[in-house]
Amino acid sequence: MIQKNKNITPVRKKKKLITMQMQFLLLALPAVILIFVFNYLPMSGIVIAFKNFKFSRGIFGSEWVGLENFKFFFKSSDAFRVIRNTLTYNFCFIVADMIFPVAFAIFLSNIRKKFAVKGYQTAIFLPYFLSWVVISYMTLSFFDYNSGMFNMILQKCGKAPVSWYSETKYWPFIFIIFHVWKNIGYKTLVYYASILGIDTSIYEAAKTDGCSDFRSIFHITVPMIRGTIIMLAILQVGSIFRADFGLFYQLSQNSGALINVSDVVDTYIFRTLMVTGNTSVSAAVGVVQSVVGLILVLLTNYIVGRIDSDSTLF
Amino acid sequence: MKREGLAIRAISNMALIFLAVCCIVPFLSVISSSLTEESYLTRYGYNLLPKKFDFSAYKLLFTNGNTLRNAYMVTAFVTAAGTVGSIVVSAQFAYTLSRREFMLSKFLSLYLFITMLFSGGMVPWYILITRYLHLKDSLFALIIPCLVSSWNIFLLKSHFKAVPEEVIEAARIDGANEFYIFYGIVFPIAKGGIATVAIFIMLTFWNDWYNNMLFITSPEKYSLQYMLQSLLLKVETLQIAQSSLGADVGEIPKNSIRMATCVAAAGPMVFVFSFFQKYFVKGITVGSIK
Repeated sequence: MIQKNKNITPVRKKKKLITMQMQFLLLALPAVILIFVFNYLPMSGIVIAFKNFKFSRGIFGSEWVGLENFKFFFKSSDAFRVIRNTLTYNFCFIVADMIFPVAFAIFLSNIRKKFAVKGYQTAIFLPYFLSWVVISYMTLSFFDYNSGMFNMILQKCGKAPVSWYSETKYWPFIFIIFHVWKNIGYKTLVYYASILGIDTSIYEAAKTDGCSDFRSIFHITVPMIRGTIIMLAILQVGSIFRADFGLFYQLSQNSGALINVSDVVDTYIFRTLMVTGNTSVSAAVGVVQSVVGLILVLLTNYIVGRIDSDSTLF
Repeated sequence: MKREGLAIRAISNMALIFLAVCCIVPFLSVISSSLTEESYLTRYGYNLLPKKFDFSAYKLLFTNGNTLRNAYMVTAFVTAAGTVGSIVVSAQFAYTLSRREFMLSKFLSLYLFITMLFSGGMVPWYILITRYLHLKDSLFALIIPCLVSSWNIFLLKSHFKAVPEEVIEAARIDGANEFYIFYGIVFPIAKGGIATVAIFIMLTFWNDWYNNMLFITSPEKYSLQYMLQSLLLKVETLQIAQSSLGADVGEIPKNSIRMATCVAAAGPMVFVFSFFQKYFVKGITVGSIK
């Protein structure tokens, strides 16, 4: 009897193990297939960037041109403009996203009344739920030439109305302001949560040692949430060569007059693909974007690891 | 000392009130413009408070505007199918990643992680969907390519990791298979966490206009957001919308209709989402702790 059991159990166990693995695999399968099709297959499509792609001929039938598409982009006058805009805007976004949400999270942490905290949170969270299309309607109600609020105010003050959608000088500020406006509720909340995570006994200890409330903000709160600040910043640095397409496309109403300040990598890729129809150049810029993104993520993660090994992403 | 604390609180309140007002004002301008009579809009421009109340834009929109009804149906379908599909696919996958007994869980985590670091870019993705999968002008192009997002899967994985090991072991000893363990036991335990992810997915589907712009060509398949966008950027869409309202281009309240459509597109979700804010807050704070 005992011997029999000894012989059967391992076989049965093994069989059971295999069925379990198969069941796991079946559960994972739909996602595995989708990831393969929509993430891995397009990676092989990178060859488009090295070919003169024609829709009718397909990827494999198109003619091989080597680095011509990359050369075309980097030699064009668009390249400088697109890269300059993308990098500058993203740099400003990173700085602004560090300053304002941290500041407002600290403000929020000073509020004692619970209903007030909730009220503020709800209000500053509202823009996050909107699409850029809806936000572009809001900005239109401010900047419209004929009936926009700003021009109405200007006219009331006896000044000439401004043609907002063709004046480039205002738009860098408008883009930055609305980027902050849309995301501030989300980011503030992330920082607020990590402020709430700070051990309150630290504040009490500091207070008994004679540290003022104002000083404890800079000497306790900010250092304690440093990890979160760094982590969010790395994420943003890693995608510094990617732009928020909606912000630049919708808010500017895709106005041609603003292209000098509104054209970023993602709008360029979109335009060359859908409007100009230069598929291969578009793909080439996409490859540059992906490669630069990969290098930046690895690099920032490495640097942060050297400075503060707890704050790395992986 | 005490006075300092008071001053800090006063400054905090003032700053937050200022920010809250900044966040609400643009809402007011769109809502009040949609409620203002067209002739007042032309004369006095958009305003934060309606100069003269008038519901005609909404009346026109809801009584005989089948463009809006179509768009609502499209958005509702894409959002519902997309959210359910995405949760099923992602949660199943995240569960297998969270189980150490699954031999491939490490490998598949890497398989997913690589997609976060590197992609083939938009162009090959677009060509794959239109030329090889033939999904151009199909609503499935708005759903299937967007079902899996690595970030959501990692979030879900952390929720499943929090499910107590003993529960799963006990079920397995009782002879339950993995499907039952997942849908019968783990899913109900983790449903709070799943809801926080689901609500983010829902928001992404509801607010999507980009994939519409890439893939959809026939106007009856426009989603709310894309219809709204083309109402502003393409004159033809406005004309189609107007002719479907059964009136000449000249006599239709153009600006207030636009703003009313905007309210109709954003309103329901803003309402729903501020109602479910609790879940958002949870989702974000969990994500930040990773």
